[in-house]
Amino acid sequence: MSIVAGIRGYAEVNDEIKAEFLSKAKVTVTDVNGQRYLGNALDGGKTLEIYGTAGNDLAFCLNGGRVVIHGHGQDAVGNTMGGGEIIIHGHAGDALGYGMRDGQIYVRDNVCCRGGIHMKEFRSMKPVLVIGTNAGSFLGEYMAGGTIVLLGLNLKRGEKLFGTHCASGMHGGKIFVRGSFPRENLSPNIKAVSLNDDDRKELDSYIRKYCRCFDADYDEIMKKTFMKLIPETSRPYANLYTAD
Amino acid sequence: MLKEGQVRIPSGCAIAAIIDRKGGMINGSEIIKSIALMHDRSNGLGGGFAAYGIYPEHSDEYAFHIFFENSEAHQKCEEFLFRHFNIDAAERIPTKKVDSISNGPDIWRYFGRVNRVRMKNSRLDESEYVVQCVTKVNSAYDGAYIFSSGKNMGCFKAVGYPEDVGEFYMLDKYNAYLWTAHGRFPTNTPGWWGGAHPFNILDWSIVHNGEISSYDTNRRYIEQFGYKCTMQTDTEVITYLFDHLIRHHGLPTNVAADVLTAPEWDEIDRMDSERREYFTNLRAIYSGALVNGPFSVILGSNKGLLAINDRLKLRSLTAAVKGDRAYFASEESAIRIICPDPEKVWSVSGAEPVFVPLEIDEREDD
Repeated sequence: MSIVAGIRGYAEVNDEIKAEFLSKAKVTVTDVNGQRYLGNALDGGKTLEIYGTAGNDLAFCLNGGRVVIHGHGQDAVGNTMGGGEIIIHGHAGDALGYGMRDGQIYVRDNVCCRGGIHMKEFRSMKPVLVIGTNAGSFLGEYMAGGTIVLLGLNLKRGEKLFGTHCASGMHGGKIFVRGSFPRENLSPNIKAVSLNDDDRKELDSYIRKYCRCFDADYDEIMKKTFMKLIPETSRPYANLYTAD
Repeated sequence: MLKEGQVRIPSGCAIAAIIDRKGGMINGSEIIKSIALMHDRSNGLGGGFAAYGIYPEHSDEYAFHIFFENSEAHQKCEEFLFRHFNIDAAERIPTKKVDSISNGPDIWRYFGRVNRVRMKNSRLDESEYVVQCVTKVNSAYDGAYIFSSGKNMGCFKAVGYPEDVGEFYMLDKYNAYLWTAHGRFPTNTPGWWGGAHPFNILDWSIVHNGEISSYDTNRRYIEQFGYKCTMQTDTEVITYLFDHLIRHHGLPTNVAADVLTAPEWDEIDRMDSERREYFTNLRAIYSGALVNGPFSVILGSNKGLLAINDRLKLRSLTAAVKGDRAYFASEESAIRIICPDPEKVWSVSGAEPVFVPLEIDEREDD
């Protein structure tokens, strides 16, 4: 039995979901129309399946649980998530994975602006963001750690892999990009380098998982070359207001 | 009571809009359904709608929607209108009692043409004459606010949640080819009816989510041309900027949008020579009209619907199309609730205005 969200308020729907999770490991909610905070702070071992358009701050502070969206996400999916995974069978809005600390997000299609803004890592906590199509401007803004993968699948003529100000203020972590990318949209502090063996191994696991989630063709994806975008320095703004 | 401008109002809001490019009619209940879904983005201190094509029986006349705070303001403003216009019809705007909306002003509408003798004596063209009359009332007649002054269109706004405002004005009784809507979230204001969106002058109406940090620069620029910012909120200035650029300077709508959201200089430097020259000229000539700050704005007019976002993309705005209709909303779910299967959905990015022109012949004014 599933919970039907309809046009009810977010608090009521979230309360029902939490009550269901007291006795179940998996809860399904259907006819979702923009309700916020679904799957917030969901613990490990629990799965939330969502049908419809999930509202802002989906899986906010996700705590090890699994959230699957059959539809689209809006703004701030996975805001400050600390573990678990989010699978989106569609696209996502602005500020995907905002301040993400651990866990993985897989988006089948594109994401809007500020994907992966201020992602960070600490010891064994390494967040991963995998995007199937492309990303808007400010991808990886102030990125401090973790990994973003941008696959560029099904790009239409004239569409770019990422928008302007990519990795602005980035000072840690890495972005893997597949195929050609708009170098002019990269921030000055960022360099593109080839992958080493460790990179290839790491990337391979993400791509295999993307293919499993969305039934994509692994061989087709691997036909194009990947590059790695990393910051030249860990302190891009050290001399913003002062001379060397 | 303190009005806006006397207190600071950082705001976060919801906006929505629908247009039928071929002029097909859309009932008001649709836009209410869309804006109502984003209820949590407003706090009940302002909601409003603009509707185009609602007064076909008065399509050649200006429709003035006016708030009167007292009978003296009513009387004085009416005398002014009767002197400057040939008023055909005057009536209270029909409203329905809604629990959440109270303490409102007396709300009237007047349909009329300009008084030709007065207009000729003033040596102004018709649009300018109307704008100056509206400015005069709003700045000099305390307690009277003309909040809508276009032809065959009208704004409806109040202090309340937008869906309640829609019910209050019974917008399900109106059909329009273009609707815009706004739900307001001012966090530090007593909130007053004139301060709700949309802001209108002639056929232009603006709904806005965000803040205009360049407000004073823009206000100083626009007040040089005779406009007065009487509503004391930042959104108003955008309405006048568009009116000025399009009506006085004859800029096409998309060029006016490029003036407001011109790219940063380092982006202009990277453009090909033609586009570089275009944007360099726009920024040089219209530096006072460049709008900064986090905003998403929808401009409605009898020419179509324009959506713009700030250059750094600090507010969300989603667009969708299906058949002859185009939809805009702060959240995608607010589009899908009235259009479940759009042909195309995308996020309106900064500095990339989206203009959906109306493809019917709306008669132009001289």
